[in-house]
Amino acid sequence: MPTKIEKDSLTGTDTTGHEWDGLKELNTPLPKWWLYTFYATIVFAVVWMVIYPSIPGWKGTSGWVAREAVVADVAAAQARNAPMMARLREATPAQIAADPEMRAFATAGGRVAFANNCAGCHGAGGQGAIGGFPSLADDEWIWGGSLEAIQHTIRHGIRANESDDQRQSMMPRFGADALLTRAQIDDVAEHVLSFTSRATDQAAATRGVALYAEQCASCHGERGEGNREFGAPRLADQVWLYGGSKRDIVAMIGNPRAGVMPSWQGRLDPAITNMLTLYVHSLGGGE
Amino acid sequence: MGTIEAPHRAKADRPAATQAAADQPMYASRVKVYPKRVFGKVRSVKWAVLIVCLVLYYVLPWLRWDRGEGVPDQAVLVDISNARIFFFWIELWPQEIYFLAGGLILGAFALFAVSSLFGRLWCGFTCPQTVWTDLFMWVERWIQGDRNARMKLDQGPKDANYWTRKALTHGVWVLIAAATGGAWVMYFNDAPTVTWAILTGGASLEVYFFFALFAGFTYLLAGWAREQVCTYMCPWPRFQAAMLDENSLVVTYRDWRGEPRGKLKGEGHGDCVDCFACVHVCPTGIDIRDGQQLECIGCGLCVDACDSVMAKLGKPKGLVAFETLKNLSASAAATAAIRPGPERQKAGMAARHMPRFIRPRTIMYAGALTLVSVVMLGAFLLRSTLDVTVIRDRAPLFVRLSDGGIRNAYTVKIVNKTREEAPLALVLSAPEGFRMVVQDVEADAQGRPLLPRRADGIAQYRVLVSVPGGRRLAESTPVTFRLLDPAGRAVASTSSTFAGPRP
Repeated sequence: MPTKIEKDSLTGTDTTGHEWDGLKELNTPLPKWWLYTFYATIVFAVVWMVIYPSIPGWKGTSGWVAREAVVADVAAAQARNAPMMARLREATPAQIAADPEMRAFATAGGRVAFANNCAGCHGAGGQGAIGGFPSLADDEWIWGGSLEAIQHTIRHGIRANESDDQRQSMMPRFGADALLTRAQIDDVAEHVLSFTSRATDQAAATRGVALYAEQCASCHGERGEGNREFGAPRLADQVWLYGGSKRDIVAMIGNPRAGVMPSWQGRLDPAITNMLTLYVHSLGGGE
Repeated sequence: MGTIEAPHRAKADRPAATQAAADQPMYASRVKVYPKRVFGKVRSVKWAVLIVCLVLYYVLPWLRWDRGEGVPDQAVLVDISNARIFFFWIELWPQEIYFLAGGLILGAFALFAVSSLFGRLWCGFTCPQTVWTDLFMWVERWIQGDRNARMKLDQGPKDANYWTRKALTHGVWVLIAAATGGAWVMYFNDAPTVTWAILTGGASLEVYFFFALFAGFTYLLAGWAREQVCTYMCPWPRFQAAMLDENSLVVTYRDWRGEPRGKLKGEGHGDCVDCFACVHVCPTGIDIRDGQQLECIGCGLCVDACDSVMAKLGKPKGLVAFETLKNLSASAAATAAIRPGPERQKAGMAARHMPRFIRPRTIMYAGALTLVSVVMLGAFLLRSTLDVTVIRDRAPLFVRLSDGGIRNAYTVKIVNKTREEAPLALVLSAPEGFRMVVQDVEADAQGRPLLPRRADGIAQYRVLVSVPGGRRLAESTPVTFRLLDPAGRAVASTSSTFAGPRP
């Protein structure tokens, strides 16, 4: 509380009436322009609030909406990219890969499209996950890792019944449909493990040779090399889609699982499926 | 400041600008200052500084500097859209903005050092506010006449003469302001192109905005606000007192010689004849005889004004002078017992000493200046024009290959600040068995991947490093990437790690 307002003898100005250990403060008036500038800022704020959506529920007289500004920006960006997108739409993946400009645009855009559409199953860097989500970054491909094969898989999908050209394969349910006994399945599994020198029961593995040749080799190959035409994974390597332990292999023979990937042909712009093709090819496994 | 007592005078004699109204209104009206024309040494120096500063400001963007094909040929250019700063032979990238910070630090310490030695030289001579206000006052004087003529014009009838002169003055001011705003925009755009674009209406909204902003504020601050900027807006006068001490040169009135004021004739008077010449020339409208005050910008025009009066009276110059407060007290002490007159003048001047320029404060400022200069110079000379950075993929950390091997992926960026485009070979220094593949590039005769550089840009490559299966691998193995020029010399290198599964 101001206690004692007094007139300063030197300047003739009143004090504020506050005193701190003998120090007093002059109540020097503001310059006129300063005060008016302050009033002008208040007027400005009021005008601004009327024009723009400043208070919840108030839309402003200008009709300006942040969302519309974003939509306009996105449209402008799309218009800017339109010629390049048109080229990407028409070109084959091989043509895109041969043109540095198109390739750079496609891999950069493909990264974003991958994050939006693919990363949910295949992981942010295409690393996949055990349990049916193949890694796209390694050197093992179920359906092929060439540009054309990748493009085909993206366009038509796998076992989704959305496209006539989809990747389609079916492994028999050897256990569930009683095609093999539990002991036979165990023998085959030991033989499969022997491809990577991991068999624990040599006698069982030997027993499994004939069973494998009879039941499995037509798709997975004599030596477990796999067959991309049927989407039969290679068994003679260290990459396992559903796990590589004996328990996993036995489960897979007895009651096989098969993943599904949607067809992206109708969902995404052909230019974007081409961009995805280039990006997936660049992840490290491209052939 | 304020180590000397201001000579107290009756309130009515105080200049109006510092006089507060007695009845405490909401605001203090600005009392218009009508500075009178003045001649003398200080004024000449001020003109010279003004001309140099203005010529530099207006002409610099027009200087050309050949940098080759496809690169701006403007000597001084802040190219925002291409993220480059050009300064004659120097070209800075955004990540080198610390050079600008260093320059500003240098400027600050130089300002502190100069202030502690010579007082408010910056405020009085080189501050843009002072320079443009001086220019605007010159225009005003040229069209409306000197102090008395201007006062008469403002107090007289608002006739055709009044409006013609006012309109003419403001017209010239607006032209100067437009040139000032235009020149500002030129530092950020190609000068001839943007000038033409502004004149023909083809410039961008940004250009017109900044043009109008700087033109508008030049007109407002130099034409209307003037000393109000120094007194109320500028923070510098508030804290520059911390740089000054009793050994700094400041504009002062030698009260020991001037007081008591009075007529030329008659006994017992000091040298000050109370002619108010010093007050009339002051651009901030103060009376230097009141002692040190916040409003004084140290321009020294009152020195010139008083000197010319003293010369006419046949008295020694320097009643108002650049003087240290220490000398002022010494003179005052030495002359306390002497009656006004030539004796007093002699004794007072004899008591003075050379100002102490070397003192802890100035040594510290000089030290800081030297240190920052050396660091800046060193940083500039050691500035690399070629850098390589490597970012290892984090998702996934590593990829297991079909043979049980492990692969890591890296993004290698070659930052090339030159216009050299010749490719560089990438070499991996890692334990035996590590294999490197760079996507989408050719290899040289030794099978090393050749990475093309981008002239004045960043080239980016995806690099895959793999280790075959069956090999014992630590969770993290240090690796080094080196770039070799065609002669086989390593021109840049950077280290990273190779991640593997937990053993």
